[in-house]
Amino acid sequence: MDDQIKKVIQNHINNNEVCLFMKGTSDAPQCGFSMAVSNMLKILEVNFKGVNVLEDQLIREGVKIFSDWPTIPQLYIKQEFIGGCDIVKEMYESGELKKVLIDKGIKFKK
Amino acid sequence: MAMDLKEIEKHIKEALPDASIKIEDLAGDGNHYSATITSTQFSGKSKIEQHKMVYSSLRGKMGNELHALAIKTKEK
Repeated sequence: MDDQIKKVIQNHINNNEVCLFMKGTSDAPQCGFSMAVSNMLKILEVNFKGVNVLEDQLIREGVKIFSDWPTIPQLYIKQEFIGGCDIVKEMYESGELKKVLIDKGIKFKK
Repeated sequence: MAMDLKEIEKHIKEALPDASIKIEDLAGDGNHYSATITSTQFSGKSKIEQHKMVYSSLRGKMGNELHALAIKTKEK
């Protein structure tokens, strides 16, 4: 992967406590899986940055290599890769996601 | 850009021989699947590692020929 793209991705993750690489924006997601994760974060009233990978083909492909994860969306919390849609959904349903948010000191609606 | 249900199952089975696999074609279009995979090989591994094991069994098809595969992994 291009060093410059790696840096761009790393900057997004470093500068945003909760960073979601997604298709579309949080207001207008372009894919059901991205919408699902975005909605879960919204329900929890988590302040997050949505990075629209459809706007940048290099980020879209780069983030898959960066995370060693083949699909979008990808959720990062405090620089840690949490997972894709399936994992985040499972964590949301089991209450584990709230636990992670608490552990990492992220504000959300309890 | 579609993939046969049996082919998905075959790939996973090769990587995780003891797995019980349940796959559903969600939209009936050969493009949106959901798979529940139960294997002893998942024990002691994080969810991320478990999902990566499934993805790697699909040898780069995930995100390419295979657009949507919802994965649920369980330890046996």
